[in-house]
Formats: sequence, C-alpha cells, structure tokens
Amino acid sequence: MMKTLQVLCDSFPYLLGGAGVTAAAVTGAMLLGLLIGVNLAVVQVYCGAWPRRLVGLYVWFFRGVPILVLLFLFYFGLFSVLGINLSTFVAVILVLGMTSGAYQSQIYRGAIQSLPQGQLKAARALGMSDRRAILSIILPQALRLSIPGFSNEYSILLKDSALAYALGTPEIMARTHFVASRTYEHLPLYLMAALLYFALTWIGVKLLRKLEEKVRIPGYSLN
Amino acid sequence: MTDQTMVLRVENISKRLGGRQILKDVSLELHRGELKVLIGPSGGGKSTLLQCINFLIPPDEGRIWLGEQQIEIHRKQDLYAYRQKVGMIFQDFNLFDHLNALDNVSIALRKVKKIARKDAEERAMRELERVGLGDKTTLYPSQLSGGQKQRVSIARALAMDPEALLLDEPTSALDPELIGEVLGVIRNLAQDGMTMIMATHQLGFIRTLADDILFMQDGQIIEQGSPAELLDAENGSRTQAFCAKLNELSDESET
Ligand SMILES: Nc1ncnc2c1ncn2[C@@H]1O[C@H](COP(=O)(O)OP(=O)(O)OP(=O)(O)O)[C@@H](O)[C@H]1O
Ligand SMILES: [Mg+2]
Repeated sequence: MMKTLQVLCDSFPYLLGGAGVTAAAVTGAMLLGLLIGVNLAVVQVYCGAWPRRLVGLYVWFFRGVPILVLLFLFYFGLFSVLGINLSTFVAVILVLGMTSGAYQSQIYRGAIQSLPQGQLKAARALGMSDRRAILSIILPQALRLSIPGFSNEYSILLKDSALAYALGTPEIMARTHFVASRTYEHLPLYLMAALLYFALTWIGVKLLRKLEEKVRIPGYSLN
Repeated sequence: MTDQTMVLRVENISKRLGGRQILKDVSLELHRGELKVLIGPSGGGKSTLLQCINFLIPPDEGRIWLGEQQIEIHRKQDLYAYRQKVGMIFQDFNLFDHLNALDNVSIALRKVKKIARKDAEERAMRELERVGLGDKTTLYPSQLSGGQKQRVSIARALAMDPEALLLDEPTSALDPELIGEVLGVIRNLAQDGMTMIMATHQLGFIRTLADDILFMQDGQIIEQGSPAELLDAENGSRTQAFCAKLNELSDESET
C-alpha cells in the first residue's frame, strides 16, 4: 500500500507532463483538422464535380484506415521515404490532424448546408464575391453551429491520441506504460492514466461549452 | 418624377428551370426615378425575373445594361460592381442572422467597398435612421419584428448607393399590421426619386405610386401600362380581372 502511494506520488509529475503532451498534440491536431475540415467542406458544398470527388476520396481514405495504420504508414513509411525528418510529436499532430480533418469536414458541411439559401443570395446581391460571402457570412454562422460537433470530435480524438504511444511519443499512455513496466503497479497507474484522460475530456468539453455560450447570437434559439 | 435617362435595360431574357420554360423573352426598361410594378399570378415568374436581373439566377439568354454598360456575367469584377449598384430586397428579408442591425447594414460597406469601419458605421447609422430604426442598431434579426427586419434590409441596400432597387414582394411575408411601415419607407424612396422595380400585390400602393404595371403570367409580360390604363374597370384588361379577384379575396378575409 505504502509502495503504491509512493509510486503514484513519484510518477505523478511525470504523468502530468504526459497529459501536457497529449493536450498539446490533440489541440494541434484539432486546429489542423479545423483548417483542413473547413476547406474540404467549402469545396464539397460549393465546388464542381472533380474537386468534390477528390475531397470524397480524401475523406473516404482517412475514415477508412485505422489510425494506428495511418501513424505507421506516415511516420515509418511516407515520411522516411520522402526523407522528411520529423519528431514523433509532429508526426502525431499531422496524422491525427489529417484524420480529424476528414471527420470535421462532415460537421462543417452539414452546418453550411443547414443555413438558409437566402444568406448567400443576400451576400451576392450586395456585390460580394463567393469567397467573401463564405468568409464573412457563411462560415461565421456555420462554425457557431459546429461547436457541439467539434466538441464531440475532440473527445473522440483525445482518446484516439493514446495510439501515439506506439510511436513512442511521450504522452500519457507511453509514460504510464513506461512507469508500470518498471514498478509493476499496473492497476493504480492505469487508473491514474484513465483519470487524466477523463480530466482532459472534461476540461475541453467545458471550455468549448463556454465558447459556444460566448459566441451565441442574442435572441437566437430553436424553441 | 421620371426623366428619360435609361438606368436599366433588360432585353429578351429567357430561363429554363427543371425542364420548364420559366421566362420567355422578357424585356423591360427602367428610367431614372421610375417605379415599375410586377404583378400576376403565383408562379408567373416574377421572382425569377428579378433574380435574373442581378444574375442571382443566370439567365439562359438575353442582355442586360446598366446605363451604357452591358453586363457580362463572366467578368466577375464587373458583375460584383453591377450588383452593388442594383440593390435587392427579398420577400423573406434574408438579413445576416449573426449580425446586429448596424453590422447588417455596414458589412458590405466594409468588406466590399472597403470603407473604414468608423465611416461605414456612421453611414449605416444614417440609413437606419432614414428607415426609422435609429434606436434598434444593436438588435439582432431574431430580436426584430418582420417589418423592422424588412426596413433593415432596405437600409442595407440603400447604404450601397444603388442606382436602382429590385423588390420582390417586400411585404408579403408580413403580418397585415406591419405592412404599412414598410410601404411607407418605399413610398418615401419613390418620392425621393429612387428607380425601382417591385413585385407586389398591394393595390392601393400600386394605384397611387406605380408609373407602370407589368402583368406577368407564364413567364411573359402579357400586359403593360399605367395604373389608370390597366386598372380601369371598363377596359376589360387581364390585370383588371386579376386585381378584382385580389380585392374580393381581401374583402372576404377581412369579414
Ligand atoms: N429552381 C427551380 N427549379 C425548377 N422550377 C423552378 C425553380 N425556381 C422556380 N421554379 C418555377 O418557376 C416558376 C416561377 O416561379 P417564380 O418564383 O418566379 O414565380 P413568382 O411569379 O415569383 O410567384 P409568387 O407570386 O408565388 O412569388 C414556378 O412555377 C416555380 O415552380
Ligand atoms: Mg415570387
């Protein structure tokens, strides 16, 4: 019992550091996914058949291949074939971000398509180019509607990020595994890891909920 | 009110949609300060025509001039400049839902005309005051009544300094008690010499303010003339028969 407590106390800062790495990687991946997802969604809604088909292919690929396979495929495969020398941390952000981008694109596509046609018409009628209308009129509304979906995607991606352990990224899972394999305190250590993931989920979802409240359009509700 | 300067010329517009010929060879001219009214049965093509005029719906055939300049839909910069000069008012307002009244009016000034925020907001403020909404600038569309929304959308169009306005049944989505405030604003515009083409079935308004009535049915303008010519009960025009029916209906609904 004493030994268990001792191990937990000693390793806590180390695991907390892992939580920091996890949080940074997932935040980076979510933001990369946002950038990719928004662009893919705009192409899917507003562009011609061929660009749409390419986006369809992208989404289909990243949704169809397991993340673990993607991590290995890119890190050990593609990046080394291309001679790109990346830290595992950056590789994880890229792969998780590209994957999340595929999922996020569908959130934004749905949100854009749920806006009334008249919004784009009114913007065009004022002399806005489509690009301008999308940036100033469509996306500000669509992104607000997407926050709940984004929050959901965050909680999923956070848990998927544990797979980064396979590349040896020093995140929660890798560090826990490292300590556990030395101290044999598997049960309490993995419980601790679970709690850290739980806490990160909770914090992220809470923050996004705050954001949703903050950017809510006054008087706008669905009742 | 009107002089002979041509503001807008629409020549032989045709449009097919969903395998049906919606507009057939429609032509019209708008002179400075003129108010032309489009009237006719539902599905006749009034909305389609108005949206073809500013290329929100690209016509299959036909030509459109603003003043001396023929508009080419493929020259994007010309098209955007043209749309700034031809304002549009929609039946269901189409205010930008995420912006308050002031930003609804000022956003195109800032993002399209590239006017500095402070100047754009001042201008927007003036336009909102002009439509009687100087005290509603911070309210969002969902906090405004239908009549107020439509007046904001008129202010939004006016802020661009348009040479002509296209109005598509601006009062038909409104509760009866709100129609007056919007028609009042449009009446003021007409009296100030704004060039307008407007789809509407408000007969009192048409009688007193329209210079010309275009009766549209099945995608064609089948009658055209002044209110005195077309609404006179004696002459047996299609327009007169249609308006008589409208009157009957509104009498029924009032009793
Ligand atoms: N995108 C479309 N595809 C197919 N048909 C269409 C489309 N848009 C409009 N139409 C048809 O075109 C015809 C003309 O419609 P339009 O809205 O221009 O009529 P309107 O005169 O404005 O009628 P209302 O008085 O009801 O507003 C209608 O029969 C309509 O069903
Ligand atoms: Mg219509």
